[in-house]
Amino acid sequence: MSEAIAREIARSHMQVSDEIAIQITQMNKWYGTFHVLRDINMTVNRGERIVICGPSGSGKSTLIRCINRLEEHQQGQIIVDGTELTSDLKNIDKVRSEVGMVFQHFNLFPHLTILENLTLAPIWVRKTPKKEADEVAMHYLGKVKIPEQAHKYPGQLSGGQQQRVAIARSLCMKPRIMLFDEPTSALDPEMIKEVLDTMIELAEEGMTMLCVTHEMGFAQAVANRVIFMDQGQIVEQNEPKEFFNNPQSDRTKLFLSQILGH
Amino acid sequence: MKATSDPFVRREMLAPAAPPITEAGAVKWMRENLFSSPLNVILTVLGIGAVVYLVSHIAPWMLRGVWNAGSLSECRQIIEARYGEGVTGACWALIRERWPQYLFGFYPSELYWRPVLAFVLMLVAIAPVLFDALPRKMLWFALVYPALGFWLLWGGSVWVPVMALAGFGVGYVAAKVVQPLAGTILASIAAVLAPVLWWLFAAGPVAAALESLIPIALQEVRSREFGGFILAFTIGFTGIAFSLPLGVLLALGRQSDMFIVNKLSVGFIEFIRGVPLITLLFTASLLLNYFLPPGTDFDIILRVIIMVVLFAAAYIAEVVRGGLAALPRGQYEAADALGLDYFKAQRLIIMPQALKISIPGIVSTFIGLFKDTTLVVFVGLLDPLKGITDAVRASTDWKGVYWEPYIFVGAIFFIICFSMSRYSMYLENKLKTDHR
Repeated sequence: MSEAIAREIARSHMQVSDEIAIQITQMNKWYGTFHVLRDINMTVNRGERIVICGPSGSGKSTLIRCINRLEEHQQGQIIVDGTELTSDLKNIDKVRSEVGMVFQHFNLFPHLTILENLTLAPIWVRKTPKKEADEVAMHYLGKVKIPEQAHKYPGQLSGGQQQRVAIARSLCMKPRIMLFDEPTSALDPEMIKEVLDTMIELAEEGMTMLCVTHEMGFAQAVANRVIFMDQGQIVEQNEPKEFFNNPQSDRTKLFLSQILGH
Repeated sequence: MKATSDPFVRREMLAPAAPPITEAGAVKWMRENLFSSPLNVILTVLGIGAVVYLVSHIAPWMLRGVWNAGSLSECRQIIEARYGEGVTGACWALIRERWPQYLFGFYPSELYWRPVLAFVLMLVAIAPVLFDALPRKMLWFALVYPALGFWLLWGGSVWVPVMALAGFGVGYVAAKVVQPLAGTILASIAAVLAPVLWWLFAAGPVAAALESLIPIALQEVRSREFGGFILAFTIGFTGIAFSLPLGVLLALGRQSDMFIVNKLSVGFIEFIRGVPLITLLFTASLLLNYFLPPGTDFDIILRVIIMVVLFAAAYIAEVVRGGLAALPRGQYEAADALGLDYFKAQRLIIMPQALKISIPGIVSTFIGLFKDTTLVVFVGLLDPLKGITDAVRASTDWKGVYWEPYIFVGAIFFIICFSMSRYSMYLENKLKTDHR
């Protein structure tokens, strides 16, 4: 358990400031007539690491996809870094360039090399000179421990490596918030750890993170809040220790018994 | 039975060994590919038999061919003298003698250097487009070439193509001026509208004024004098060059959420695809004149090119739409999540992949377009296949010749279409990035 204790100590050093990074008030969303997100209220402070879990179809992915407006909400307010998400394209682009996102299926660009995947957005969105963008990209590839793959194509990498590239690609935009949408769900068990290690490292540096995942070990190690969702609403949220040891709602208890049962 | 459940631990891993001799070489290949089953043996024998039969009948006729003769009857005399009474052979002399006509139609012979130069420059212009190992600066020449090629082929004042090119500069300037004042969308509209206005109202008078100040002109050649392969090449290559961008725009329009853009694109594509090309060509040659102000001299080749471009673009739009549909949604989402706007996402992420998927379909459309250029014979232009051949066979010397001109023209078309097909395979191979 010494590793867990070390993590515990490390976590106590991670700073959570009072500054608000994301503020969601009374947000509702429908797919056609289906009410997929109901009365979501949520505040995320800068430096917080939040894990969102829940059964499939509970709206957790939809919720984080609303934060960079890959999905549009119909009611309520979402403010990211002081910018409200409306149909104003300028605001959307601004938020998107500040918020990094990592997908379940990596979504690397298969026609570009790893390095080109990483430098594309800095060059075309941030107007960074190519040389500088290359340097930044190599720095982050080093950080996710695959600098030697820079000139290969995504199709030549393993799933775990691709996901680490995807994380590095988001980091190259120097985001202030990172969203993870089930980042390890499409990976073989032996590759999950390498991706989680990268994410833990990121958390320890104080990145604001929202992570939809079923990796409860990760939640216990780095999260300072766990949110449980069911049927499009937030059912329970608490700090990880309380959440896992002393769940309050019956729905949460059932869910935890199902995923931790074996 | 006990033996199977004995505990077992491998101490040494086995090294890979060479395969048995029957699993390699020509013997293996023939057994697998030619004689793998009774049915395959029968098909192999029948196939070889058919090839032998065809070659044994056609090859001697072609090989007995005569290259030096002044007329069909002279050809026949030479062959009979050489191989005996009643033997037939090809009369290739026809091609040798009428070669310029097949290439240039009735283009004035003292000006042959112009289409030849235009053709050579065209090769220079498309080289950097086809092969990215060449310096990227050459692309500028590819952009200027359409105007240069036009001037060389048709002649006239140099200021006409120059002013046509200047339209793009006008569009660029208009966009630059409008952008800071009224935003990107209005700037895009200005970038389209300004050049169109320029071409319609300003380009002509300005060109005429400049011509009277600084006269630089080539002798004019009229469209009706064009014929043969320069006609096929002019229509074919212009069609290819312009139908691809238009097709991509139409495909994007058909995917668009904007109602009017979407419906216009769908309507255009479905209408053009639902009508035979000949209908469009007749429209170009006959009907269009009724709609234009009397006295307008709207060039016939230009009209045909426009119709061919529209026709091919509708097909390309559908091919590209197939490529777009094959891309996973995640690619759009990743581009969005990185903050790329619509145009950047299309240019950098979506189109490179969608076009790569669509290469076989696009090249098929191009090949079809190039072969369809022979249909211009129906609007009175002298295509190489029928137009020129009929003209040649109308002469007393070559009356009665039948196979040779068609074989010759067919061979040239085959070489060009086969090259396009090979190039598309090379491109697909080069762009393949999922090699594991």
